[in-house]
Amino acid sequence: MIEQAFNGLVGGAFYALLALGLAVIFGMLGVVNFAHGAFYMLGAFGAFILLDSFGIGFWAALVIVPVLLGLVGMALERLLIRRLSGLDPLYGFLLTFGLALILQDLVRRQYGVQSQQYARPELLGGTLNLGLFDYPAYQVFVLALSAVVCGAVWLLLTRTKIGMIVRASTEKPELTRALGIDVSRWVTPVFGFGIALAGLAGVLAAPMRAINPLMGGDLIIVVFAVVVIGGLGSVFGSVAAGFLIGLVSALGNLYVPALSQTLVFILMAAVLLWRPAGLFGRQEGLT
Amino acid sequence: MIIRLLARRPVAAGIGLIAALALPWLIYPPVAMDIMAWALLAVAVDLLLGYGGLLSFGHAAFWGTSAYTTGLIALHTGLPFPVAIVGGALAAAALAVPIGYLSVRLSGIYFAMVTLAFAQMIYFIVNQWRDVTGGENGLQGVPRELLGADLSDPFYFYYAGLPFVLLGLWAAWRIVRSPFGQVLVSIRDNPSRARALGYPVDRYRLLAFVLSAALAGLGGGVFAISHGFASLHDVYWTTSGQAVMMVILGGIGTLWGAVLGAAVIVTLNDYLATAGFEETGIVTGAIFVLIVLLFRKGLWGTGRDLLTAARARRARPAESGEDRKVEVATERPAAVAERSGG
Repeated sequence: MIEQAFNGLVGGAFYALLALGLAVIFGMLGVVNFAHGAFYMLGAFGAFILLDSFGIGFWAALVIVPVLLGLVGMALERLLIRRLSGLDPLYGFLLTFGLALILQDLVRRQYGVQSQQYARPELLGGTLNLGLFDYPAYQVFVLALSAVVCGAVWLLLTRTKIGMIVRASTEKPELTRALGIDVSRWVTPVFGFGIALAGLAGVLAAPMRAINPLMGGDLIIVVFAVVVIGGLGSVFGSVAAGFLIGLVSALGNLYVPALSQTLVFILMAAVLLWRPAGLFGRQEGLT
Repeated sequence: MIIRLLARRPVAAGIGLIAALALPWLIYPPVAMDIMAWALLAVAVDLLLGYGGLLSFGHAAFWGTSAYTTGLIALHTGLPFPVAIVGGALAAAALAVPIGYLSVRLSGIYFAMVTLAFAQMIYFIVNQWRDVTGGENGLQGVPRELLGADLSDPFYFYYAGLPFVLLGLWAAWRIVRSPFGQVLVSIRDNPSRARALGYPVDRYRLLAFVLSAALAGLGGGVFAISHGFASLHDVYWTTSGQAVMMVILGGIGTLWGAVLGAAVIVTLNDYLATAGFEETGIVTGAIFVLIVLLFRKGLWGTGRDLLTAARARRARPAESGEDRKVEVATERPAAVAERSGG
């Protein structure tokens, strides 16, 4: 039971990292990034390719892949997504949907649909005694790292000057501009940062999940549901809902296995009925 | 002269009908049937997006539910296929009631995400419910029964299936032309004012959602009978995305543009498949990105603008500034002009 709860939290860590990136990007650009799942997939493939073709291991990949993908994301923002600013946010969703299809099928063309394997880093190969039970050390590492990253982003947003500017630009872009802050300067880095988070989640997933071109597409839809539950405007809500949904689905799986895949959507339906703006979202502005 | 003639409704409708009737002579009949079935799905999505301002990214749920229901009815009861298709469309409409009831509480981008998520839930259910749906194998060997008539030749089946499609397209056209459609447009353009005028906004949106789902279901049923099977692909999110793509390519809020978009995308996919190119997402995704960036009015919208401009130029050759004004006025498709809700 506690072990299952732990599994749930590890699964939730991936939701949280992806939802965090989505929420940050949405806040700054007003774009719901459909390609987020594709970048998660690219993160996993990035780790795989680094090891397979260049002999670069997990720890280096953990840094290199997110940085590279972040740069790719910044380029995409500059070249494509920026052109849609000022238009209805639906267009951003549609554009990134097209990008997701392209990225997914490009990888599929190169590697096919069969899954690739990635060995766990040696340092984390064993199990850890958590008092009540033994648990794979790698999973503990994933949970700890994502908690640290989410916490760090939270501190970054709430305690630093950069975070203050980003939050101000998110909430009142015109007013922030009027105060002499160049909002548009922050759009590209924030997008890149969100993509880097997806890439990081992908690298973390490589040693414990099947690596294939379709791994991101299905996951991102679940993350959308997570974000709706948490409240899309709310960074904190997205992360909290991520861990919460991971936990609840794992425990649900324990008691009602048939519901394991649908539980998150049932929760979403309940939240829509009860609090349409999400658990942590502000209820204003809904029509 | 020609331009003025084309703009007349009976003339345009006649041309469309002749094109629909001639299609299986021009292209491989099963592909012609695919175009028609997908056209229904795309028109269903455009009905919601172009006239209701709601982007459904989950219409695969209704298309697929109908495909499976149609298949199950045809397989297990042996009833004629039109009954099965109607049953499928009704099942899709019934499913749309709870999904729509929850989804219309949100609008804009949230509506797209929520419909996408609900459709994925249906996908998981269909995948898990193996006893009924056949899981990953899908439903195989769906018969094409119609009072003993031999419809095994896809050429003849096309004409048996076409009435459903035409009925659906006619219904969509009637809906957007009706007082109900007018109210829907007013809700799209200004939900608060429509509410202030006393229209129950959510109820109108829900009804539009259910009608749209029924249309999508009609298409899904025709598709299932035409192919003789229903598969998980029918309920997968790429199917929803493909329908949206057709609408954007044709032009949001043009209804017939969606038909055109369906024709282009289905033909393109068929061409790629025959050429042995499986990763169609590279091509369709790239087209989609280009349309969203450069060509937001779509084929139909652009064509209509060109036509209007040509007529204006003919009427007043001196005032060439006039048609530029028309373009600006329609620069942002009315459907999604407003940063709705959010």
